[in-house]
Amino acid sequence: MESVGRVEAAAEQMARDVGVGEDEIFRITMAVHEATINAILHGNAYDPEKHIHVLLEHTGDSLIFKISDQGNGLRQEALPDPLAPENLLRGTGRGIFLIRSLMDEVNFRELEPGTEITLIKHLNPAKPAA
Amino acid sequence: MSLKLSTRVVDGVSILDLSGRITLGEGSVQLRDTIRDLVSKGVKSILVNLGEVNYIDSSGIGELVSAFTSVKNQGGDLKLLNLNKKIYDLLQITKLYTVFDVKEDEATAIASFGK
Repeated sequence: MESVGRVEAAAEQMARDVGVGEDEIFRITMAVHEATINAILHGNAYDPEKHIHVLLEHTGDSLIFKISDQGNGLRQEALPDPLAPENLLRGTGRGIFLIRSLMDEVNFRELEPGTEITLIKHLNPAKPAA
Repeated sequence: MSLKLSTRVVDGVSILDLSGRITLGEGSVQLRDTIRDLVSKGVKSILVNLGEVNYIDSSGIGELVSAFTSVKNQGGDLKLLNLNKKIYDLLQITKLYTVFDVKEDEATAIASFGK
């Protein structure tokens, strides 16, 4: 879990360096926190022989966070909908949903082995037409 | 900052005062163990004060839900007190704001538990 703290701190620092507001910093660090925990807990199944890889990138228009594991892959279609009435009182299953809610774009890529999740926060979202 | 947790009883209501982070690992386990202990002792009215909680992740949210369910299953009630904007937003996003009875002041919260 120390790894999670380090990744979260790095994401927060990058967001602060580009001048993102506090509310967005919270959303970014929480999404990165959830994605990193998923990689360690679900992807790598806490196997100390497996690693996660983290890439933080600032493109000018966006902040991009890529977190990958060395696990058995993710079946997105098998993820329960935490908002469904039958799942609302479950104790688990909200991580990816929260990531999608907190970031502007979320993409998955199978690495075989492993999964890479890409989290994107746009720094200058397009304004709606008048 | 890890989770700090203390309990007190006011008018028959067990109040859990939480401070810090409720996340996967130590924090969520502490919360789970404390609720389990209270339920095992037959406590039916639990108020979780989140006023000093500055961070909660999906595991922490899950523990609050599990605590709510376990107390309800024993014929009791668990309510939340003093949500900050971040936690309020998270409960709204996850639709859990419709599940929990959320209160903004302690006296009102205590009075709301069935006698």
